[in-house]
Amino acid sequence: MMAHERPIMTPIRNFSIIAHIDHGKSTLADRLIQRAGLVEERLFRDQILDSMDLERERGITIKSHTITLPYVSRSGEAFALNLIDTPGHVDFSYEVSRALASCDGALLLVDASQGVQAQTLSNLYKAMEHDLTIVPVINKIDLPSADVARVKEQMDQELGLDPDQAILCSAKDGIGIEEILEAIVERIPEPKGRPENPLAALIFDARYDSFRGAIVSCRLFEGKVRPGDVIRFMSNQASYKVEEVGIFRLSREPRDQLVAGEVGYLISGVKTVSDTRIGDTITLHANPAPAPLPGFRDVKPVVFSSLYPISSEDYPSLSDALEKYKLNDAAFVYQKDSSAALGQGFRCGFLGLLHLEIVQERLEREYDQAFIMTVPSVQYRFTLQDGTTISVDNPQYYPDPITIASSEEPYIRASIIAPERYLGAIMKLCLERRGVHSRFNYPAPGRLEILFDMPLAEVIVDFYDKLKTVTQGYGSFDYELIGYRESKLVKLDILVNGEKVDALSLIVHSDRAREWAVQVCDRLQEEIPRHQFKIAIQGAIGGKIISRSTVNPFRKDVTAKCYGGDITRKRKLLEKQKKGKKKMKMVGSVMIPQSAFVAVLKTKND
Amino acid sequence: MSPCSRRKMTENSHPGLYVHVPFCKTKCPYCDFTSVPSLSSIPDWLAGIKKEMGLYRDRLPPFDSLYLGGGTPSVLSAQDFSDLVRSLRRTFSFLDDVEFTVEINPDDVTSDQALLLRDLGVNRVSLGVQSLDDRDLGFLKRRHTADQALRAIETFKTQGFATLGLDLMYGLPGQRESSWMKTLERAVSCSPEHLSCYQLTIHESTPFGELRKTGKIPPLTEDKEGSFFLLTSAFLEEKGYIHYEVSNFAKGEENLCRHNLKYWKRTSSLGLGPSAHSYQDGVRWWNLRELQAYARALEQGKPPLAGEETLTQEQVYLETLLLGFRTREGVDAEALTARKGSREVLKHLQQAGVVEVVKGKVVPTVKGFLLADSLPLLFAE
Repeated sequence: MMAHERPIMTPIRNFSIIAHIDHGKSTLADRLIQRAGLVEERLFRDQILDSMDLERERGITIKSHTITLPYVSRSGEAFALNLIDTPGHVDFSYEVSRALASCDGALLLVDASQGVQAQTLSNLYKAMEHDLTIVPVINKIDLPSADVARVKEQMDQELGLDPDQAILCSAKDGIGIEEILEAIVERIPEPKGRPENPLAALIFDARYDSFRGAIVSCRLFEGKVRPGDVIRFMSNQASYKVEEVGIFRLSREPRDQLVAGEVGYLISGVKTVSDTRIGDTITLHANPAPAPLPGFRDVKPVVFSSLYPISSEDYPSLSDALEKYKLNDAAFVYQKDSSAALGQGFRCGFLGLLHLEIVQERLEREYDQAFIMTVPSVQYRFTLQDGTTISVDNPQYYPDPITIASSEEPYIRASIIAPERYLGAIMKLCLERRGVHSRFNYPAPGRLEILFDMPLAEVIVDFYDKLKTVTQGYGSFDYELIGYRESKLVKLDILVNGEKVDALSLIVHSDRAREWAVQVCDRLQEEIPRHQFKIAIQGAIGGKIISRSTVNPFRKDVTAKCYGGDITRKRKLLEKQKKGKKKMKMVGSVMIPQSAFVAVLKTKND
Repeated sequence: MSPCSRRKMTENSHPGLYVHVPFCKTKCPYCDFTSVPSLSSIPDWLAGIKKEMGLYRDRLPPFDSLYLGGGTPSVLSAQDFSDLVRSLRRTFSFLDDVEFTVEINPDDVTSDQALLLRDLGVNRVSLGVQSLDDRDLGFLKRRHTADQALRAIETFKTQGFATLGLDLMYGLPGQRESSWMKTLERAVSCSPEHLSCYQLTIHESTPFGELRKTGKIPPLTEDKEGSFFLLTSAFLEEKGYIHYEVSNFAKGEENLCRHNLKYWKRTSSLGLGPSAHSYQDGVRWWNLRELQAYARALEQGKPPLAGEETLTQEQVYLETLLLGFRTREGVDAEALTARKGSREVLKHLQQAGVVEVVKGKVVPTVKGFLLADSLPLLFAE
């Protein structure tokens, strides 16, 4: 009997849905799940895969989910369709690439009214790098503004896809779902790989379960794995004994084994997700694969910011929350940090600004933390007079300017796609943000792709919001890191009534220092409440003041009467205000609200 | 019930006694004090007061202040008034030099009434003049005219009361500084011993509050409020009045309101009548607000309590701050600066001319009085 060695397997299709943000990826995923009959109609919640509240609210997928859908094709054959969901933002492009590497095909979803956007392109390129079979889908054809002919033309000209192959669909109304499922089984190739080969499984995701530890999502390219096997992570040679394997339905379903071609999970006593690396190859200790699967790299944070508890007594609680959060987010890194103005805190590293915002919101919502986050910074490089090179991601460690021989900062290649009429506005924005070496592509009549080399530091604060504003929402943005370039950097300090607020210090390009200083001073002027005395806010480089604003004192708040019956009420009001004061940071004798530290990041939309 | 006599009181901390007379002939549109615009329940109230007195009989040291406030105490008939005062004197003991204040409305004043008050031992009259401009009085819906007010002042002057206090109000909608100064000048020319100058405060639940909501009484700008206040203070100080509390001015130390100082210095006081508050030794308690509920409780032999609180040390500290910064007594500097970061705050406030440090006390300046509501927060951790 060979059945347990080489079971007669249900044919498999492994695929992803790729799209620009808001083009309807989650809705389509929901429809596919619904059609597979995994959820009873009445229990169906929109966007099943977006399980975090935050994802549901923002309409984006942060943590990818995977699900195996049973499907019986028109020809009567039963299939297992593995839908590998991918995070929908440039910050997570490495995770996206690993998820795509686990697929054999992808549905390329394009909004029928918005057409091809920056992430449509970048995601398509990524999918093509992995030789995926592309199934073009035009979504939202029910919209009055839908222009299918135009989108087909874009597909032809911008994407080089055969527009006749595009499936028309309205995920919202359930139109075209059958056709999509048929195309998946007909067009996407069956996975290759042989169960009898040595195990080679690609880790494309990992999440933390408080009972089971790290649960690894993987695609088996070769071999098979079953409970009891001793596996090895090829990047660090760590070995573990497999406790459980299985596939994803709406929850985990244990199986006897996973074999080549399949997508599923593996539990093996790995304590935290930080002990697993996305893109790593799992093999068997006893019978290892000759080489790891290609594409693995260590993900490094590119944006840094410090977190300080509002009240110093909340430090242990914040520390605890970060530790717990870290269990589920391998890309997030942190270490202890301290500030003269804000006390003990943590320096944290993120994959990008969205990642930073997600961590911030999750710590606030899920872990109930109140904290101050400092202005994000990139990692700068300084070559000192003595020839040594140091990396600095925290303005506190900006070296003595006299010792600096040269400085460098990380650059990105930014790609912006927008209707041609916004060219002027986009150029202006990018040039303001120190964009250089601009190139244009005209992928279709009236549409423009603008490529710029830009400092990463210029896009981590509100660039995307600004772009949306100047293009009235039509501009889309994508970027990739292209390395370090020489730059003229200075450290900008902010002083409040003569006291340096180190948490507001910033390393900035010298040409941009004054603008920043003025902006921060203006912002703080708006955010700091009036006090009983005048407050001077100054921006300074070295000892030189380059910007200044003033919060004028208020004149009157006293109430006319206070007799026997008023005292309790007045005291209660004071007690309430005292609680509110806890949300403020005292810098010298000035109360700075938590919101001020956030507000300095936002430029005015003028 | 918190007894008002747990410890022997020292000479200078005699308790004060307050009696709330919750009746008005008409209710003023800005007033949020407890009052009923009908005089028919006076007998119920008087019976209640007498019963409430009984709860404290023989348990209290002598009072050195007695204050009849309202409402409008002057709406009481001569008979009710005498009855009340005699009952109080029978039940409690008072020092010989007790300060005995009654709030009076100008339209109630007659020479007979003034004589009666004097005979009953009243030595301080607080006259609700509000304004000496008939237009203002009309807006405030007062029942008297400027002339009536001046005649009332004259009546008390000739009867030789030790202290005559006038209540005035400024910051009325559309009021100019010049017109307020005219009222103030006329008031001062009557040489009252005491002046209370209140900025018009619009309380939400009053008819004026409704008008504010519909935009008919626009709020004064902060600058305007501030300049009214500073002008008032400067003028009265120049005329020899001590600005000893945010809204209160006295001609000489001997004319400070002894009774009200007890609230601001957190000295013991007993309040009788609906909604009256009492305080002793870190415990504050207050009576039911509604006259009927108050009277019914006493009818049933129960104390008419609506609430009670025992202050924590921190609460005592907060009250010391919020009251201290309203008076020229100020706050003990040592207590303030014991708090983290407060030396720095104090330094800034001194530099800004908001407070001064005088003999170990942090004392608000006139500018500081204007900020009295927010100063405590700076010293609260």
